[in-house]
Formats: sequence, C-alpha cells, structure tokens
Amino acid sequence: MHFDVLFNDFTAYTAGGLVYGAIYALIALGYTMVYGVLQLINFAHSEVFMFGTYAMAWVFVLLHGTEQVQWGLGRAAPILLVSLVAAMLVSGAVALLLERVAYRPLLKKGAPKLICLISAIGASFALSEAMGLRDRFAGWVGLDGKLDNYVSNARNLYANPVDIKPHTFFTVGGYHVSDIDVVIIVAALLMMVALVFFVDKTKFGRGIRAVAQDPESATLMGVNSTRVIQVTFLVGGLMAGAAAMLYMLKIGTTRPNIGFLFGVKAFTAAVMGGIGNLRGALLGGLILGVVENWGSAVFGSDWKDVVSFVLLILILLVRPSGILGEALGKARA
Amino acid sequence: MMGTKKTARMLAVAGIAALALSACGSSGNNASDNTAGGGGGKGGCGNYSLAFMGALTGDAGALGVNMINGVKLAVDEYNQKHADCKVTVKDFDSQGSPDKAPALATQIVQDSSIAGLVGPGFSGESNATGKTFFEAGMPSISPSATDDGLTKQGWTTWHRVIGNNGAQATAAAKYLKETVGAKKVFVVDDAQDYSKGLAEAFKTAAGSMVVGSDQIQVGQTDMSAVVTQVKASGADAFYYGGYYAEAGLLAKQLRNAGFKGTFMSGDGAEDPAFVKAAGSAAAEGALLTAPAGPAPADFNSRVKASTGAAAGLYTTQAYDAANIFLAALDAGKTSHQDINSFIGSYTGDGVSGPIAFDQNGDIKQSTIWVYTVKNGQLDQENPTAIK
Repeated sequence: MHFDVLFNDFTAYTAGGLVYGAIYALIALGYTMVYGVLQLINFAHSEVFMFGTYAMAWVFVLLHGTEQVQWGLGRAAPILLVSLVAAMLVSGAVALLLERVAYRPLLKKGAPKLICLISAIGASFALSEAMGLRDRFAGWVGLDGKLDNYVSNARNLYANPVDIKPHTFFTVGGYHVSDIDVVIIVAALLMMVALVFFVDKTKFGRGIRAVAQDPESATLMGVNSTRVIQVTFLVGGLMAGAAAMLYMLKIGTTRPNIGFLFGVKAFTAAVMGGIGNLRGALLGGLILGVVENWGSAVFGSDWKDVVSFVLLILILLVRPSGILGEALGKARA
Repeated sequence: MMGTKKTARMLAVAGIAALALSACGSSGNNASDNTAGGGGGKGGCGNYSLAFMGALTGDAGALGVNMINGVKLAVDEYNQKHADCKVTVKDFDSQGSPDKAPALATQIVQDSSIAGLVGPGFSGESNATGKTFFEAGMPSISPSATDDGLTKQGWTTWHRVIGNNGAQATAAAKYLKETVGAKKVFVVDDAQDYSKGLAEAFKTAAGSMVVGSDQIQVGQTDMSAVVTQVKASGADAFYYGGYYAEAGLLAKQLRNAGFKGTFMSGDGAEDPAFVKAAGSAAAEGALLTAPAGPAPADFNSRVKASTGAAAGLYTTQAYDAANIFLAALDAGKTSHQDINSFIGSYTGDGVSGPIAFDQNGDIKQSTIWVYTVKNGQLDQENPTAIK
C-alpha cells in the first residue's frame, strides 16, 4: 500500500478521477432514468454509448479526412460541436431503436421484468457485434471499398484521426488542469442541470414522474405512457451520446467492446448513488471516478476495479438503496 | 471466411465424435492419430495441412494476420513446386486469448490431416495449450510467443523461431542505458504472461535504473493514475510490456501530461496501429524492440503478390516456421514423431535469420532490433540491431 503516492499527488488523482467520473455520471443517467420509469435495467445502454463514440470519430473522418494531425481545442471546436450533435443523435436513435425492438413488444404483452432483462442483454450483444462485423455488412452491399475509412479494422482499435492536444487551463496544487478536463466537467454538469430542469419543470418531465410513481393512474389521468417511455429512452441516449463525445475528446480511441466496462462502471455509479435518482447518478459517478483513481494510487492500477466494486458493496451494506436513495417519481416537483 | 467457419464447425463435430468413440473404450487405436494425412493419400501424398493458431481478429488481430500471410506464402510456394501433392492451411482464430485457445487446440490434435502447427501466436495461449499439443505429440513452431517459461516445461514438441523475452528485455535495457543514456526508468505491464515476462526481465536487466513500476489491465483506457506516478517518479524513460492498444494510449496520455522522456516498449507494440492509437505527435521518437529484423527486399513483394497484403511483424518468422514443416514433408517425414525429430535437428537460413533449435526448442541465435517512430510513422525498414 502506497499512501504516500496518493498524498504526494492528491490533486492530480482527484482531478483525473473527476473527469472520468463525469463521463460515468452521464452514462449512469440512462440507467437510472429507465429504471425510474420501468423498474428494469437497460443492459444494452452501454452499446448506446459505444455507437456514440463511433459517430464522433466518423464525423471527424467525414469533415477532416484521415490525415493524422494534432489540433488544439480551439481549432477543433467547430467539428467537435458537430460531432457532439451527431453523437447525441446517433445514440438517441439507437436508444429509441432499442426501446422499439427489445422492450416495447415485451412490455405490451406484459412480460415479466426478467424477460426484459434477458432481451436487453441479447440486444447488447447484437449491437456490439453489429459494430464489430460492420466490415462484412459493408462488403455484402459492395460498399467496403468506398467506406474503407469507416469500416476497416472493424474489431480493432479505431482512433480519431485528429489528436486533440490539451493545454493547461489553470494549476491547482501542482496539477495542471487542462482545457479538455474543464470542458468535460462543465459540459457534464450543464447536461445534468438541463436534465434535472427537464424532469422537474417541464410537462414531459411531469409525465415521466407520473409514470414512475404509478403507471396505471398516470395512464388514467391521460398520460401517454408509451410516449413517456420513448422520451425516457431518448433522453438517456442523448446523455450517453454526449458522454461518448466527451470520452473521445479525452481518450481518442474506441472499439466495439468499449461499452462493456463503461456500462458496468456507469451501472455501478447509478446503483451507488441510488438507482432511479438523477442527482444520485451524478454523485455516484463522481465518487466512483475519484475513488477508483485513489485506489489505483494506493494499491496499484491493477486493483482499480476491485476498489470500485468493494466500495459499492460497502455502500450498499450501509444504505441498501444507495447514497441518495430517492426514486425518480418522488423527486420534488 | 464462411467456409472457414463451416470447416471449424465440422471439425468440432468430428472432435466430439472422436471423443465419444474414445470414451467408448476403443483402446490401442492411437497410431492413426499420430500419423498425419490420415492415410487417405496415394503414394505418401496425403491431404496434409498446416494449422495456424493465433489472433486473426480481436485487439491484436493485426499481428496474427501478419503471421498467416507468411504461412500462406510458404504454402503457395510449396504448392507451385508440388502441384500433384498440395498442402492446405487451416487457420484457427484464437483472438490471442488463453480462454479460447484450448478448445481450438483440441480441434487441431483431433484433425489427422494436420502435419504440424505454426503457432500459437502469443505466450498466454501457448501456456494454455502447450500440454495438449505435447501430449498429442503435435509438433509446433511458434513465430512469436516469447515468454521465457514456455521452453522450460519439458514440452518436447514445442519450438519457436524467435528470441525469448529475456533476450529482448536485456537488450532493451542495455540500449536504453548505453545508447539513449537514460538514468531512471518507470516500468509498466498489462499483467498478461508475455507482458509480465518482458517487464520482469527488463527490471532484472535494468537493475537500479528502475524507479517504479505499476500494472494496468487489458482494455483499460484511463491511464491517468499511471501517468501521475510516472511524473512523480521523475523518470526520464518509460518501459511498457504489452500490446499496441494500451501502449498507444499510454504514450498519448504520458505526452499530454508533459512527459518528455523516452517511451520504449517491446514487440507487442511494434505495429503501425501503435502510432494510430497514440497519435503521430505522441508516438514520435518511441523506441520499439523486436526479436525480428527487416525482411529481405524481395520478400515483401512476394508476400504482396501472394496474399495481397503487406508483410509485417512476424511474417518472416511465420514463413520460416511453415517452411520447416514443408521441408519435413518434402523429406518424406509424415508422422508427428518423425516431423518433430526433423525439426529438432533442422539447421538452415530462413528469411528471418539462421535457424537451429537448442534442446528446449528455443532458437539458438537471435538478434534484437530497435524500431523508431519517425515523422509520424513507424519506420519498419531501418531498425538498428542491438549488439
């Protein structure tokens, strides 16, 4: 155990953890919203995120080409904004597709929650494999030559051709906080505030809360519950798309199975904060990101995941419903 | 590709059938298993095939594709000379995973047409399957598995045409100390057999130069904890044991955090994909060692003509390994036992260098080369040999 490593660079480990935590939190929102409304865990949500990472990288290939260059954040900003929109749209669309194909037919027939869970796991594999096999699909329709930049090395690491170089924004306790770090944390917080406003203050938000509290009564009161479920999936997808773009901004590479680890982590964050609770997802994400970075410092990087899951167990032992433990439906109006 | 899958499925069915048969107690029937070709041929010309097992897809898939291209070239050239007695290649895609390899190993040893195995590609899968191949008497020559321990298991059927990790890491440490002039080095690996072996051998060779070490996980993308430790240690060099995906991310995140020292890694990262993952700016100046030198000038064009792909790391080794098996077949050795002793006493000059094996299956003579990333590209033509 190396507590000295942690304390010597405390700010560095904390800041690095907050950046990753913000990404976890944005993905966790998708899990938590769907759980809040349907009481089921959308295990395919991790692939919604994965599709967003590819959307981001492809926008760069489309607008810039495949030449490897290094840009600052300012130079890349216009394409980044386009790719943010594209990633959110693609992830949102995949989330809607999931709802339509993997959930709605089951929910209509009143299938047990367990069946929906299995359907979600199946959808997760299907989506991840579809991305991994995209070279074959393109080959079947004779497009692989034309779309080579998008489909080659389907299962391998896919790197964004533009490498976005961070610059120091300000310095805290000897750690240089980069402009990219600031963008990620601020963007995540803004998204979160916007989402809380949407759920708490708008008509659609009221519908979501109503269905979360009591689906039958909500329907009787004239709430279109199918529509509400759709919007819930869409909003979760949009948030995952934003997370995907921020992730690519920071890391710059993706692969078809990238969703798995992020899905598990974001799900952990959602449960830790109190699943079904929007503020809990934010808190859980940030805590998870920071604590696993601290754990890497103290025990070594190979203990990172052990630390985060032990933390989850400890928190659930003390507070079985998570830190904030308050369901979506009971959120203050 | 579909054909391969179908074959694999049929092989699996055949394997199950064979298992069921042997479970029924038909003993003393092993002789046919030991003879390649299944006796179906005429005049000693059976339907022989060479098996290849390695990562053809997955994160390290690029390396396995390099290898199978070498095997295919060797077999193509053999078949042109022996039009009446062609040899086929059967590929088994393990994705480089020790979890997937054992099932494939079972398929390979049950296939009586297979004369020998080029592979396994990586050390982890070699460790997981070495016993199976040894017990079945299946001769194997790996083009790329470099873990030291593999040749210390007493698997007399196991060979490799590449220098092991000990040799590579010792040369790397020497180069870093004497040529680069580094004083403090931070060592990281990804906890796999190959990577750990390389990192441990490097630590032993570098001795007091090592100022710290850490271990990451395969698939990890956030390296910030490692980066912070490297910066805090004041190291002027960084050595990574592992493959290109994580190596690229490490190089990128180290450089972005302002690390100015030398980035060095081994043959698992010696691939153009490393530069892609790191970004050309962060990869610039990285030193990547490999127990493999550049191929002779005409070799690349032969590979291109035969397979349509460019030669890469391990293509020469795989070509040489396949050629040893083909030479054995040419010399009329058809049983696994005869082929194995043929390999043991083989000496020759391959495209990768002089080849002869010691009694453990290690190659007797190997040179370690350093490749550099220059002007945003991995320079695969002009490596430096470490003397």
